[in-house]
Amino acid sequence: MMNEAKTVSLPAHPERATMEGKNKFLGFWLYLAAESVLFASLFATYLALRHSTMGGPTGKELFQLPTVFLATVLLLTSSMTSVMAILSMRENKASRMKAWFIVTLLLGAAFLGLEIYEFTEYVKEKHTFTSSAFGSAFYTLVGFHGSHVLFGLLWISTLLIRNWNRGITLYNAPKYYLASLYWHFVDLVWVFIFTVVYLMGKVG
Amino acid sequence: MSQMAHAGKKPLLWDYLTTVDHKKIAILYLWSGLFFFVLGGIEALLIRIQLMFPGNTFLVGKTYNEIMTLHGTTMIFFVAMPLVFGLMNAVIPLQIGARDVAFPFLNALGFWLFFFGATLTYVSLFTGSAPESGWTGYFPLSDNNYTGHGLSYYAIGLQISGAGTLIGGINFLATILNMRAPGMTLMRMPMFAWTTLVSSTLILFAFPPLTVGLFLMIFDRLFGSHFFDPAFGGNVVIWEHLFWVFGHPEVYLLVLPAFGIFSEVIPTFSKKRLFGYHSMVFATMLIAFLGFMVWVHHMFTVGLGPVANAIFAIATTTIAVPTGIKIFNWLATMWGGKIRFTSANLFALGFIPTFVMGGVTGVMLALPPADLQFHDSYFVVAHFHYVLVGGVVFGIFAGLYYWWPKIFGRLLNETLGKLHFWFFLIGFHLTFLIQHYLGLWGMQRRIYTYLPGQGFELGNLISTIGAFLMAIGVLFFVANIAVTFRKGAVAGNDPWDGRTLEWTLPSPVPEYNFLRLPLVRGLDAFWIEKQAGNKEMLPAEPLGDIHMPNASFLPFLMSLGLFIAGLGFIFKDQYNPAFLYVGIGGLAITLLTMFLRSVIDDHGHHIHHEEVESMEGGASLS
Ligand code: HEM
Ligand SMILES: [Cu+2]
Repeated sequence: MMNEAKTVSLPAHPERATMEGKNKFLGFWLYLAAESVLFASLFATYLALRHSTMGGPTGKELFQLPTVFLATVLLLTSSMTSVMAILSMRENKASRMKAWFIVTLLLGAAFLGLEIYEFTEYVKEKHTFTSSAFGSAFYTLVGFHGSHVLFGLLWISTLLIRNWNRGITLYNAPKYYLASLYWHFVDLVWVFIFTVVYLMGKVG
Repeated sequence: MSQMAHAGKKPLLWDYLTTVDHKKIAILYLWSGLFFFVLGGIEALLIRIQLMFPGNTFLVGKTYNEIMTLHGTTMIFFVAMPLVFGLMNAVIPLQIGARDVAFPFLNALGFWLFFFGATLTYVSLFTGSAPESGWTGYFPLSDNNYTGHGLSYYAIGLQISGAGTLIGGINFLATILNMRAPGMTLMRMPMFAWTTLVSSTLILFAFPPLTVGLFLMIFDRLFGSHFFDPAFGGNVVIWEHLFWVFGHPEVYLLVLPAFGIFSEVIPTFSKKRLFGYHSMVFATMLIAFLGFMVWVHHMFTVGLGPVANAIFAIATTTIAVPTGIKIFNWLATMWGGKIRFTSANLFALGFIPTFVMGGVTGVMLALPPADLQFHDSYFVVAHFHYVLVGGVVFGIFAGLYYWWPKIFGRLLNETLGKLHFWFFLIGFHLTFLIQHYLGLWGMQRRIYTYLPGQGFELGNLISTIGAFLMAIGVLFFVANIAVTFRKGAVAGNDPWDGRTLEWTLPSPVPEYNFLRLPLVRGLDAFWIEKQAGNKEMLPAEPLGDIHMPNASFLPFLMSLGLFIAGLGFIFKDQYNPAFLYVGIGGLAITLLTMFLRSVIDDHGHHIHHEEVESMEGGASLS
């Protein structure tokens, strides 16, 4: 039986030390494989429809690379800070881990804020979800990613609040680990969006 | 005192609403699957009644399309999938020597998602408009201009149940990879475990494209996007690709577990080991891989060009090779064996010629010039029923007769079983063999009537008579279930002289499966011990407390939330925009239960070994 009070000595990989942790570890990787296929399908759809602007503004006219670049930097940095959080977790340094996760949350929230700002700008230029197939595909792909970011923020916050006073245990270590894995995945998808949607869109 | 002492006192309904025990979840899957099988079967009979005579007016136009669509959708998603999942849940942990699946909570969630998704699809019947554009939901047929709200039920219902399937697939993958008993290497796993593993991989990669396709369909229909609307730059072929990237692997992920079942049943009833085990494993993986490479054979007539068609034609025909390997291995297993013609084995034997015929017409369809003639004719209908019924449904029946005693503790009646088999087999060939010719003579698929004098009368009449014979066969099965529950023979641990681990356990299996995890010393682990003169497996661990997961009502609530959300979003369009808030409320329920799940610690409980010893009589333990 796991004991919450026993936080003193942890194995090197607390997230995989129990059978439950091992299952979660494998199960989550499998889940991410499914998510990859999901995003791949969305990318394919986007690529097929990205020129169907029906007289509305094209990606080339719309996209403001500086804003998107800033968003990218924020999100990639947040991936790094979540790595720091997990390293702290493995060293059993709870408060350092919490601090790094909070930085991660702030960076993620800033990214989302920028995305919302970006979307409102586009809507002002008459590029909406219903204006054309390009609009539908763009907001679906980028919005799917955005909702993943939002979900990640909620997830990490819940974890932090729930475990705020509990230290790192064999029970919650796998949970922290999976949340950070999810976060990396979401960031990785963004790299593809940045390339396929924005860079390729700018080139035309 | 442990939870276990209370278990018997829980009311039955509450027990099943909250269970996370894979054996009970199996029973839930089996009953729901059989229920929908009866529904889908009734729909099939309605279709066949309408087509029995030329110019019939029993079921015409939109109504016909709705029944036909519901039939296909039901049979694939709400019959074949849950029955296969039911058998996997009943058997897989036992076969690999595990106390449970990797994620018991998710297992329950998977079931309830399937259940509420299926229910949502059927709600359409009571709100004026069922889905009507075929189980493939092609655009532009499926957009708001051509269809009523039924398609929205289809899209959201399948979305919810598809999520359940994906969760189930991940669960079986993790279970088989992580939870095998000591000594159970991958190459010592029973074939059913192997095909479940491979089939779950197919789920993992095939369902997300469907998820995306359905999301786009939902967005187009309910929220005004234009993915499939050419007037705004949309493209209907995208739907076809997304659907078939899912759809073709889907048929393999259904038929591979059936192959696994035959690979258990045939050796057991031939008293021989499975011939060519290694080549069976390899062929399974090859079929799965090729299954992903061939989806375009459903789109030969779309006009993707000769190069694409040629590539996909070649990829499709190569599947015949690993499938052929399997057929020869089953035949070789029987060769010189002591064959027992039990009901389970009859279904396995009936499967072989039937499926071969389906495979041959598959190769015919895989040749683009020929497919241009056969496409959307009754020839295709005959083909896929030969593989889906002759492969998947025969497999499910074989599995049910084979494992029923393990699941329920009683043997199904053999006389009724044989009546079931013969009516079903003869009825099946009567129904579908003639449809090949109807197709070649020019009868199109998905039509609700034809004229007298076109030469279709006799064929359709025969086909309908056959369908009723099949229905009589199923009635024998239903009667068999009833008889078995009232006075079926008690099964005992090992009624068939089985070869694999599940037959070492009592029937029905206690909630913790294995008192002590068994030590596996080779393929057909139980058979090896029997040959060595042992009555049971060697234990791989000392007797100790057994860790069990806690029951939970959250999976039910989570799925109910999505069901309410789905209804809200559809009603928003169908009745009143204010239903949008119901939709949002439903999503909130789901999110809230997810939140509860993550903040409430759930360490499970232990069954103490003293308690188990007293239950199992103690004697056999020492
Ligand atoms: C293993 C189980 C199989 C199942 C459950 C299955 C099921 C189906 C179904 C449901 C369709 C109808 C598609 C539609 O709605 O238009 C279909 C069509 C088709 N099947 Fe299969 N199939 C199986 C195996 C095969 C095999 C082994 C081959 C070839 C070697 C094959 C080749 C085809 C082709 C080419 C079509 C397209 C027909 C057309 O569009 O005209 N199938 N199959
Ligand atoms: Cu196919």
